[in-house]
Amino acid sequence: MTDSKGRLPAISRRDLLRTAGAAGAAALVPDAVTAATEETTSTAAAGERQLGTALPSETGPLPTRALANLTARETEILSAMVDRLIPSDELGPGALDAGVLRFIDRVLSESGTNAADAYRSGLAALDTYSRYTRGSPFIDLSTVDQDSVLIDVQIGAATGAGVGFVGGSGSFFNMVKSHTWQGMFGDPEYGGNVNFVGWDLLDYPGVRLGVSPEDQRALEADQLEPVRRSAYDYGIFE
Amino acid sequence: MTTQLRGTDVVIVGMGAAGGVAALPLAEAGLNVVGLEAGTWLDQRDFAPDEIRNNYRDWPMLVKKTEQERPTSRATSATRANQIGGHPMMNAVGGTTLHYWAQSWRLNPWDFRVMTETTQRYGASRIPRGSTVEDWPFGYDELEPFYDRVEREIGISGQAGNVRGRISSRGNRFEGPRERDFPMPPLRWTGFHDRMADAARSLGWNPFPGPAAVNSQAYQNRPGCGYHGFCNKGGCPINAKNATHITTIPRAVDTGNLKVVTRAHVTTLEVDSNGRVTGVNYVVGSNEYFQPARVVLLASYTYENVRMLLLSNSRAYPDGLSNNQGQVGRHYFSHHQGAGVSAFFPYDLNSWYGLPAQGVAVDDFADDNFDHTDLDFIGGGNLWVMSDRRPISAANMGTYGQSRNWGSTWKRFIHEHSDRTHGSYIQKTTLPYEDNYLDLDPEVTDPLGLPVIRITGQFKDNERAIAGFMQDKMEDWYREAGAIEVNRGGLGNTMGASTHAYGGTRMGDNPETNVVDRWGFSHEAPNLGVLGASVMGTSGARNPTLTSQALSWRTAAHLVESWGDIAE
Repeated sequence: MTDSKGRLPAISRRDLLRTAGAAGAAALVPDAVTAATEETTSTAAAGERQLGTALPSETGPLPTRALANLTARETEILSAMVDRLIPSDELGPGALDAGVLRFIDRVLSESGTNAADAYRSGLAALDTYSRYTRGSPFIDLSTVDQDSVLIDVQIGAATGAGVGFVGGSGSFFNMVKSHTWQGMFGDPEYGGNVNFVGWDLLDYPGVRLGVSPEDQRALEADQLEPVRRSAYDYGIFE
Repeated sequence: MTTQLRGTDVVIVGMGAAGGVAALPLAEAGLNVVGLEAGTWLDQRDFAPDEIRNNYRDWPMLVKKTEQERPTSRATSATRANQIGGHPMMNAVGGTTLHYWAQSWRLNPWDFRVMTETTQRYGASRIPRGSTVEDWPFGYDELEPFYDRVEREIGISGQAGNVRGRISSRGNRFEGPRERDFPMPPLRWTGFHDRMADAARSLGWNPFPGPAAVNSQAYQNRPGCGYHGFCNKGGCPINAKNATHITTIPRAVDTGNLKVVTRAHVTTLEVDSNGRVTGVNYVVGSNEYFQPARVVLLASYTYENVRMLLLSNSRAYPDGLSNNQGQVGRHYFSHHQGAGVSAFFPYDLNSWYGLPAQGVAVDDFADDNFDHTDLDFIGGGNLWVMSDRRPISAANMGTYGQSRNWGSTWKRFIHEHSDRTHGSYIQKTTLPYEDNYLDLDPEVTDPLGLPVIRITGQFKDNERAIAGFMQDKMEDWYREAGAIEVNRGGLGNTMGASTHAYGGTRMGDNPETNVVDRWGFSHEAPNLGVLGASVMGTSGARNPTLTSQALSWRTAAHLVESWGDIAE
């Protein structure tokens, strides 16, 4: 499934529609790749190098207790959602490993009740929608069903009497996704991107205050060693 | 209870890109200048390369004046305006130059004479219907010495293409003649820039490095650029970006003649019974002050310049200061159009380190550099391939139909392709029109209860035709360099708030269609000057800052020379 450089082949719209039958709403999303497509492509990952698979035991992947700003139940639902957005898989650590829940908890502590309310009501609605349409709470669904629910939520299709998304399900999805991406790929100063797993996923060579012409040439020759520092590890900003 | 302060020669409202430049020639001439700035001083320690803080949280430590007075916008007067989108201007000493992209273009000679040049070459019928465009009251040659001066005072790097008529193919062969070279060579190129330049040449175009208010080498005792990659909405931790808070403002302070007052939120200007400006009112926290001045220079960016004039009613100016001809807020236009192009390459671009002011430009399709006889528009655009990549924004790249934008498949996609996309904004000629304007919003107010600006503006046929034409050129360029997918943004509709906002206090000789005269002083209140892109009547295909700075220096120099006439 990959070319000599290990890249994915382009997936055509026709392929998408053909494999999308079972996933229903997925076919409505222009960029959507269905669960079926994911299975075929995940085998392509087997030959790839593994990224940062060793996890520090003190960070741990999945908290069992509640975040400071959410109940234990809400935390479970959020954890399951974030885990589907950027899963831990054969390619390496995912959002939970990167500390995205801790990042979000800090966001909620700093931005006050409005943000926490948006999370609480959105998570409750996500769970309600899962029960109405898939017959189980979100955390009990298979990953395939969790993904199809999240696709509905993303495209704003998670509607219906009593579901309760405020301002459309898409805005809830985008809020969680935006925070997840910030926690995964932002500076570790904010509690996410633990062990720089997000930057490793991107092959981002790290925060440098100065990049010489030699550094740039090394980057272009794929020989630049990544710097593993937060911006705030540089003396001027400490 | 308003505290009456001691009078000063000149008060400048806003210590940003424009006011921060004008302060220097005034202070050097021995005038006493008070610079009122809503924000505060920041320094290198405030400029951590932190994408979350700079690009997502919008600098939490700042004074948030502009954010609290975000303009509302609507396409036409038939609809209600909404306060949507942000307002990326910055309140600080140095203003938005602290975190701007620092592309520092001159306008080209055509931009000063759009009416005359178009009429002569193609006929008057080619001026778009409804446009209020006029020739500037002077040509490029008049502004050249001031471009030259600020390029040296601030520090601009670049490659000259026309020195006193001598054309160099290494620079922009279409630029107006400059007296001498840039004070610094251009910023370096990456391998991708070289590749794009080669692609441009094979299309028969003329690629060259763009001009930047960023040191390419040590200049004025500050170092050359570190290319750290966080310049987009980021301050420079090594002071290599030549913002006014480290260039002209401190030099003006050093003369002993400039006093900068921070956290000063100016609300209105006062006038006497003769219609002359007497000073400005401002608040610091809950304290109110009146700063008397013999001359007031308004330098608070396009929206705020217009707002402050419209809020300053008096017997002499019942509809707002300097607005007895109804021209304040007219001839507004912006580069909010979008209409960008993005491309997906089958190879890494190695763009993690670099800055938006570093890159390859093509001017073959800007202004009137090409024949428009068989085209349905006038003007054009500047093609620009820059470096601008940070981790979170990279992870948000489009997936070009190869993956949904999350999940395991996406993870594999982004691992392979995070450094393989490129986006172009494409600066385009934008013209003023009779039904595009700024006024006060009838409903939305800032925390002081003062109305915010309302933008009524729509990109018209000429602008949309340029956008489609330029998107074709950009796609050709990307494809020539090997792009395998190209996406295009919409051609533009409503003019939202922009960092490239022009007009509203347009400069021109005719007082019936312009707010300020050829020197930047009000046609109605002779001791009121206006600085910034609000005086510009055309945009060219350029970023406005350098032109607004050259105009500011020129207005200040004129004030020094004509002090007796203007201030007495």
